[in-house]
Amino acid sequence: MTISIRKVEKTYIVGEQQVRALRGVDLEIKKNEFVAIMGPSGSGKSTLMNIIGCLDQPTAGSYLLNSRRVDSLDASALARVRNQEIGFVFQSFELLPRATAIKNVALPLMYAPGKWFGAGKRAAEALKRVGLGDRMDHRPNQLSGGQKQRVAIARALVNSPSILLADEPTGALDSTTSEEIIGLFKELHEQGQTIVVVTHEEGVAANAERIVRLRDGKIYSDWPRRLDPIHGEYLRTMMRQAMELHGSVEGATGASTGARTGERTGDSTGASVGGAEAGVTQEPRT
Amino acid sequence: MRGILSIPQVLLQTLILALGQLWANRVRALLTTLGIVIGVASTIAIVGGTQGLKAFVLKEFESFGASRFVIFPRNPRETPNRYSPQQIQLKLREARMLERTCPSISRLTPVKSFVAQVQFGDRVEQNVRITGMDEDWHLIEGRTIIAGRPFSRIDEQEQRAVCIVNDKAVEELGLDKEPATQTILVGGRKFLVVGVVETKTLPAIFGGGEPLSEVYIPFSAANAMKPEPIFGLFIQGTMISPNAFDDLEAEVRASLRRSRELKPDDPDTFAVRATEQAISSINRVSVGLTIAATCIVAISLIVGGVGIMNIMLASVSERTREIGLRKAVGAPPIVILTQFLVEAVVLCLSGALIGLILGYGLVAGLRAIPDGPMEGASVPAWSVWLSVGFSAFTGIAFGMFPAIKAARLDPIEALRHE
Repeated sequence: MTISIRKVEKTYIVGEQQVRALRGVDLEIKKNEFVAIMGPSGSGKSTLMNIIGCLDQPTAGSYLLNSRRVDSLDASALARVRNQEIGFVFQSFELLPRATAIKNVALPLMYAPGKWFGAGKRAAEALKRVGLGDRMDHRPNQLSGGQKQRVAIARALVNSPSILLADEPTGALDSTTSEEIIGLFKELHEQGQTIVVVTHEEGVAANAERIVRLRDGKIYSDWPRRLDPIHGEYLRTMMRQAMELHGSVEGATGASTGARTGERTGDSTGASVGGAEAGVTQEPRT
Repeated sequence: MRGILSIPQVLLQTLILALGQLWANRVRALLTTLGIVIGVASTIAIVGGTQGLKAFVLKEFESFGASRFVIFPRNPRETPNRYSPQQIQLKLREARMLERTCPSISRLTPVKSFVAQVQFGDRVEQNVRITGMDEDWHLIEGRTIIAGRPFSRIDEQEQRAVCIVNDKAVEELGLDKEPATQTILVGGRKFLVVGVVETKTLPAIFGGGEPLSEVYIPFSAANAMKPEPIFGLFIQGTMISPNAFDDLEAEVRASLRRSRELKPDDPDTFAVRATEQAISSINRVSVGLTIAATCIVAISLIVGGVGIMNIMLASVSERTREIGLRKAVGAPPIVILTQFLVEAVVLCLSGALIGLILGYGLVAGLRAIPDGPMEGASVPAWSVWLSVGFSAFTGIAFGMFPAIKAARLDPIEALRHE
């Protein structure tokens, strides 16, 4: 088990108010899974991502990363765990503007014991892996958005992390580029990389193997994609039957989605199935 | 977990980062370090100049002889009208008494100095300095006889009309190179020239200048001549050792105060000075200037340090996202701390380097002043270490707060920073 999270709670104190961002989350992610974590803003998905990424620590509960407890480490130990186990991909890329692509990619190796020498070679390999072998000496301002995100992915991969953790990786990209990046994630997944993507875009989640849905600090849906209330093949089959019955796509979509997911969760995000199938990035309507 | 980050690696990495950062913001960095540049440059210049002045003065004093002293009459400043010149004058018998009573005195000569007209043939020189002194003068002043002979005891005892002239006087009066048989008129009296002594001039800052004609005659001969100088004689001599000044002064004061019947509250009506004493006062001045220089560097480095802290805080603030990213990809707090501390130190040291170059330039400028007293100006190694050390310390002291601020940033907050 790569990630094993048990009864994790996170309470922030904002002023005099306690905000319970996570209220008992259990989550296990195996090696080589491709998981999407979804939820509307305020659902606690960012908090969960920060805890998975060892940027933050739970108030209660336990977190085992590769069978090692990481829920109560000090800042230095957490930094080392992030360096060696986690590869971050951010929405806004977070590249160092003055550094070339290869220098950006080599950044995590600066903080990896004994890997500074030979960092250039490893960084070059990582850039080739994301298809930017010919852009190594370009600075971020000489790269397109998609290329920047590829550089960021290469940086996330360079220290061979256990998890590639992406936070809205297509949030700043147009739809074509988003598809390219999703395609790259799928490719990496096929090569054996464990990937966790945090997103609120159904189109991104539609490419994951498994979709975890959060609401109000709790997981309310955690199924393989074919059983997911929105993207599941089961649901899609039902939808198709419904469409055949009623002969109208538009009329049936919203209503039947709400009906089906309502059984398990009470409510759904209500995103358009048509949009999700096409893999187009589209804001969920709530 | 595999190994830990090695300290040399972290320092090397952060150094490269810091240099890159400074180069990227070079104008800002230069302006920030201006305080340190000025502080270091002025310290180097002051210390260098002081060294030059000191070397110059010491050289001058050493050419006089290290254990020489003079005793001269002195009208006490506190009571300018209490004593008549006759009471203050040094007398020959006082000189002889001191010779007997002061064990710290090695040699002594009374000196009578006045100006008179000197004539050789039809050449007349007005206002020539005539100095009467014992034969010991040769040993006290250490001036070389370049032709003829020095004075002897017999010249003194028999009050012979003999004289020694300096080479300038030989030239001015048109004497022969071997003047031993020639006679000159000094204040209307005939004197046989027996020797020629080399000319020594004081440097300009001690009132010297163009070498002048000098005529030396035996003290007994001078004592018999007019005019009588208003404050009488003075006494020149050598001590038994260059360190004997304190003893000498005590002995002379005891003797002269007793013979002049001064009361315990009365000020001295004479003064004793030695070259040693002058050297130590020069050293005191030099120490004073050095302390002043150190204060200047300290103050300007504190001012500079505030500038450094300001710019480092700005740097931490504008690079918050970068710090967040570095932390996210695994930079531990101590490495972030080191990065910003190294940057502050490098900033200060670059300022110090520019200051050193400027300071050396200023010292070279001092040295290049033609005929100036600063020809020996040099920058001692300790002043370089002092200013570089102070600068590095400033970097650490004023860089610490921003560095701690950076190291403590929460990576999540930092990455959200706009």
